[in-house]
Amino acid sequence: MPFIPHTHADKDSMLETLGIASTEELFDEIPKNIQCDGLPDVPDGISEMSMLRHMAERAHNDTTGICFLGAGCYDHYIPAAVWDIASRGEFLTAYTPYQAEASQGTLQLVYEFQTMLASLTAMDVANASVYDGASALAEAILMAVRVNRKSKSRRVLVPASTHPFYLATVKSIVTHQGIDVEIVPSVDGVTPISDIDLDEAVAVVLQQPNFFGVLEDADSLTTKAHEAGALMIGVVNPMTLALLKPPGDWGDTGADIVCGDGQPLGIPMASGGPSFGFLCTRMAHVRQLPGRIAGRTQDKDGNDGFVLTLQAREQHIRRAKATSNICTNQGLLVTAATIYMTLLGPQGLVEVASACVRNTHLLVDRLTSHPNVTKHFNTPFFHECVLDFGEPADKLQQKFLKHGILGGHPLTGLIEKGEQSMLVCATEARSEQDIERYYEALENG
Amino acid sequence: MPDFPPDLRYARTHEWVRVEGTRATVGISDYAQTQLGDVVYVELPEIGTHVEFESEIAVVESVKAASDIYAPVTGEIVDTNDELDSAPETVNADPYGDGWFFVVEMSDDELSSDLLTAEAYEVLCQEEGE
Repeated sequence: MPFIPHTHADKDSMLETLGIASTEELFDEIPKNIQCDGLPDVPDGISEMSMLRHMAERAHNDTTGICFLGAGCYDHYIPAAVWDIASRGEFLTAYTPYQAEASQGTLQLVYEFQTMLASLTAMDVANASVYDGASALAEAILMAVRVNRKSKSRRVLVPASTHPFYLATVKSIVTHQGIDVEIVPSVDGVTPISDIDLDEAVAVVLQQPNFFGVLEDADSLTTKAHEAGALMIGVVNPMTLALLKPPGDWGDTGADIVCGDGQPLGIPMASGGPSFGFLCTRMAHVRQLPGRIAGRTQDKDGNDGFVLTLQAREQHIRRAKATSNICTNQGLLVTAATIYMTLLGPQGLVEVASACVRNTHLLVDRLTSHPNVTKHFNTPFFHECVLDFGEPADKLQQKFLKHGILGGHPLTGLIEKGEQSMLVCATEARSEQDIERYYEALENG
Repeated sequence: MPDFPPDLRYARTHEWVRVEGTRATVGISDYAQTQLGDVVYVELPEIGTHVEFESEIAVVESVKAASDIYAPVTGEIVDTNDELDSAPETVNADPYGDGWFFVVEMSDDELSSDLLTAEAYEVLCQEEGE
């Protein structure tokens, strides 16, 4: 399929058909004062050579070191085959299939991705996909309000233990659509389920494990939400589901919508992105799920084939009335994640998740053997933990960098008395020697 | 040839109305279901919803398109055809019978003069088809 932009002659002919003199006239209905008058801060184009040089200099500014960062983006080992396969021309250049059934390979991949995600989360269906975990949560909330039409309320409860970036994204996207996002304070790093007032709530969110790596009582909250007529939205890290109870099995009847970030599944940290978000739900709510769903079927000759079984609510069909206007599906990253999950298999994922839990607990035990270091919360954690270091976290972080250690995510302003706290994580890619080097850096200052 | 029952009134947006007392049953015309192709889903309003004449009240999805359904009368939704959830193809098979969408308890005594007779609606469909 050739991609040829419009020529000047094409444009002139279109303008003539429309009966207008210039392309600018198309934008006349937008008030002048909010129209963009050029992009003064964007420099002119530069040569390829200058560009490469510029980017190499930028890349050099990136800090490197032994990574104990987590907080939503994890340093997992990515088998070489993942990106070797994902970088094949057929995957690398494949654009979203508008003539879907002509792209059988892409559809099969989407089908397999959706099957894997639905199986990991124990939900009926998964989409493929949205920008990232944060926008997936915003979409999940909008979806819950559409689904739960019986509840006339627009009150959505989100625990303070949810990732702060997710909270910020949710506020940007949903509060301007008449939804009241109410933050539920946490106590000792967990959400106090019995204190939550679910009266007139349309949906409740719970991140498991939460931003602090702490395990929440997802079962109780799910049952309580359903008794109050609210939908349960689970935010999960897909890697942890190899060990933890999947959200589809939470409480009485499981979560109603599940979302999260796919970065742990074979996507490099890459200075914080790109990543991809996923969204799963029950069959009963599938019509309100943004995105597309691929299915397996047979053609008239009985051959297996793949089709898009649901896409009626997408923007190119429903325009302003689409369920979502975020159309990017991060197809390449979904491809990598599908290959990653295929290569590791269920047992491989269990081994990775177990190693992360083991290594983080080793790290926490080792660091807290230092007299200045204590656990901030006294609650069970999964593969991340908040530690207090007895000195300002921002300064400490710089100090660790000199020793080639990315020590953790400073929590200044994110939790009460968090000025000396960092969120630390040791994935399967960390060794005991790495942990020992962290301890030495701590001791030698 | 599509069917245009003479006892019904029709909206220009292809809904039909059958009035019995103050209750108006609404569906989509035979011509509309032919144009849409196989209907796969109908999103119906909640019972108790107040509807205004010509406001968007339901969505019908076919393999080809998703289209809005506009209320041909003003009033309150008192019944919806929940059978369409599991059997949306009924809209194709029996658009004027089992394929009905919802019932409105009308608050106006008279139907809008914008609603067409079967004869006038048939002419409209012929023009659209040309």
